Amino acid sequence: MPVLEDYKGQPPAWCPGCGNYSILKAFKETVVELGIEPYQFTIVSGIGQASKFPHYLKCNTFNGLHGRTLPVATGIRLANHEMLVFAVAGDGDCYGEGGNHLMHAMRRNINVNLFVHDNQIYGLTKGQPSPTSLEGMVTKNHPFGVFSEQLNPMALAVALDCSFVARGFAGEIEHLKELMKSAILHKGFSLLDILQPCVTFNKINTYEWYKKRVYKIEPEYSPDDRINAFTRALEWGDRIPLGVIYRNKRQILEERIPVIRDMPLVKQKFDASKIEDTLRDFS
Amino acid sequence: MDYSIKIGGEAGQGIQTIGDTLAKVFSRFGYHVFTHQDYESRVRGGHNFYQIRIADHLVMTSREKIDIIVALDLDSITLHEKEVSPRGIILYDSSLIGQVPMSGEQAVARLDMPLLELATKHGNKIMVNTVATGAVLGIFRLDLQILAQILETTFQKKGREVVESNIQAALSGYNHVIAHCKTCVFPLEPETSAAKQTMMLMSGIDAIGLGALSSGCKFYAAYPMTPSTGIMNYLAGKEKEFGIVVEQAEDEIAAINMALGASFAGVRSMTGTAGGGFALMVEGLSLAGMTETPLVIALGQRAAPATGLPTRTEQGDLLFAIHSAHGEFPRIVFAPGTPEQAFSLTNKAFDLAEKYQVPVFLIFDQYIADTLWTYKTFDVNPVVWNDYRLRGEEFARLNTYKRHAFTETGVSPLGVPGEARHVVVTDSDEHDEEGHIIEDAETRNKMVQKRLMRKLPLIRCEIKEPLYYGGSNPRIVIAGWGSTYGVMKEAVDFLSKKESIGLLHFSELYPFPSPSPLTQNYFSTLKNAQFTICIENNATGQFARLMRAETGFEFHEKIHKYDGRPFLLEELAGEINARIGRL
Ligand SMILES: Cc1ncc(C[n+]2csc(CCOP(=O)(O)OP(=O)(O)O)c2C)c(N)n1
Ligand SMILES: [Mg+2]
Repeated sequence: MPVLEDYKGQPPAWCPGCGNYSILKAFKETVVELGIEPYQFTIVSGIGQASKFPHYLKCNTFNGLHGRTLPVATGIRLANHEMLVFAVAGDGDCYGEGGNHLMHAMRRNINVNLFVHDNQIYGLTKGQPSPTSLEGMVTKNHPFGVFSEQLNPMALAVALDCSFVARGFAGEIEHLKELMKSAILHKGFSLLDILQPCVTFNKINTYEWYKKRVYKIEPEYSPDDRINAFTRALEWGDRIPLGVIYRNKRQILEERIPVIRDMPLVKQKFDASKIEDTLRDFS
Repeated sequence: MDYSIKIGGEAGQGIQTIGDTLAKVFSRFGYHVFTHQDYESRVRGGHNFYQIRIADHLVMTSREKIDIIVALDLDSITLHEKEVSPRGIILYDSSLIGQVPMSGEQAVARLDMPLLELATKHGNKIMVNTVATGAVLGIFRLDLQILAQILETTFQKKGREVVESNIQAALSGYNHVIAHCKTCVFPLEPETSAAKQTMMLMSGIDAIGLGALSSGCKFYAAYPMTPSTGIMNYLAGKEKEFGIVVEQAEDEIAAINMALGASFAGVRSMTGTAGGGFALMVEGLSLAGMTETPLVIALGQRAAPATGLPTRTEQGDLLFAIHSAHGEFPRIVFAPGTPEQAFSLTNKAFDLAEKYQVPVFLIFDQYIADTLWTYKTFDVNPVVWNDYRLRGEEFARLNTYKRHAFTETGVSPLGVPGEARHVVVTDSDEHDEEGHIIEDAETRNKMVQKRLMRKLPLIRCEIKEPLYYGGSNPRIVIAGWGSTYGVMKEAVDFLSKKESIGLLHFSELYPFPSPSPLTQNYFSTLKNAQFTICIENNATGQFARLMRAETGFEFHEKIHKYDGRPFLLEELAGEINARIGRL
């Protein structure tokens, strides 16, 4: 069984007090508790403060381009669906630059766990608004405040029938771990949006701000009812729900492709002897 | 014997069906066939044509003069009548296309035949195409038996009755020509039929697909775009039999990133697109370079910037492919000139992509993609297939593993994640040997030396000299690259009756085969020639510029064509002749 020490990575380059540390802690404890070894999973990350994540633990890593985590993760799963695959990205990375991929990953229902470190700001590039920034937020490049309406990733995901939709908070590590476990154990594309205070650039959505508003979804709530889930997903402002908002049992893409149903592509040997026969197509 | 047939009509009328069927019939009879297509970017209407050349010798380009026009629209006559050879004839049906105005200066033989009436008589007006196909075969007095076999396979699923009525329709077209057009006789070389071996018909695009298949390609992600879509279609048709996954991505950015993900996970991957789609992929290309992830990219050129002429041809993206993407990293660029080369270069692309962990391009164009060539045999056997990835036991046995380890060759071990307890780490940020982000100058320098400087000389040694065709010590050398091979070669055959002329054809373009002990032969041929002409299907002479940049050599003359159409034999030979004349 792996222990926490097995996951020791590079020293993090995040700001002191950053919400990312709690997410990292929750993640490491989650994989240890589930008994998943470093070589058994791959994290695909994008670019941003959040996306440095895989370097700070130990695992197979494809730290790719800004916004492009999901296509890479999709490619990995299609080539090897025995590999557990995570996509880790910031809100700018995933909801901004990579928005198109998010929509289609949900449609495909590829079995990837997407963890978005949602600090409602562009951290790495030093404080521009992200798609989840509050309307009116003033930044250096938005002196009149943000005009666009805030994106609601939970509502978007429910609308697109995303297989697993949940929200966590970096200030609630134990609860976050439970959500990470549920996402991993859920078969289907999982979106876990994690509220992550950015102590340097987001002076509005602070720990205090979130603590005043977040609440854990009551145990009686059923995430299987899509209409209900949509209502819950729309909640934002004075009260922000944490927990599993929606889930369904859609079949995953990997199980629908006949060619890989029995064996992952990466294990299928190439048989050159059949090539000669294909020449028949041309006569 | 050397005949050309042009089938013209609107999009959606089925001229491709007639063309493909005729090409099949003649090739099965053992004739050499070459076809090319000219079509508009629309599904219905407009004017398209399909041109077929039939000969008793190897042919690899289309000619200007046409012997038979099958006109399914009026444009086929008004636009192309002037191309008809003195012995030629135009087949049409005035009940389909209306009254045809008198021809110009020279009277061209025409046969107004009741295609529609014959089709309707045998059951359905959609069989007009079958009647026309039969009529063409009637002109050649070519036995309908092979056509019947083809109709059988085409319509099998629709039932016996449909097969039979199509055969009868073809026969009616055949008989009509014999009965009503005494002068419509084009003799075929008698000894050719039957005795000759059946030929295979292969297009450039299928050859790339077949090449990928034969190289163990397991994953193909793409977004549809002419002229690359045929690769996706071909591989999708082989998914089950060969264990391939073909994914239609949401856009080209996703396509290249998916292919990189699959390659990282341990399977041979490829993506394909046209210039516009490739423009979207460029950041992903840089990612392939940085993460040293093997990748094959098929880049189909079409004419003009932006959307341009979507279904037409040009050699306009050579320098784009070579210079695309930010940062410096090695890449390889091939451009096949025949389906045979398309097959073998695709194989070489897969091999080198994995051997050196670099992106490799196959540049082609609409012309080579759609042309059909005949082959007696097509050698799929001498395919290079080495698995350069580190898997299973071999991987597990290592004490330590670093994905980007510094090595003498610059090539680091390519571990397959999950196959051993080692983790595989790579990054688009500059990284250390393990794959983790770095900022320090020393590691950066060492990484550039590993990733780029050490690999480059080794990659250079893999690049073959251009192909030379012609006699020794030619006075005149023409040069070109990619899809113009066929027309240039035939132009040399045509002109060498009077001239000492040779051809240099480049299909392995980058790293450029600069003068070296390996490639000095071609270079001395070029230098010793009295007159050199560079021929390109573009406006600015991109290859000539590359040649000058890489070798300092400057061609004496250039011939460019950029109207979106391919060079035709007489046209190119005439252009070359004119330049020689000015000497
Ligand atoms: C194609 C591209 N555009 C822009 C950037 C610059 N960039 C890097 S990270 C980033 C946004 C970071 O915000 P987010 O994704 O929310 O991550 P955070 O730093 O907040 O964790 C931007 C715009 C880039 N690296 N690549
Ligand atoms: Mg952010």
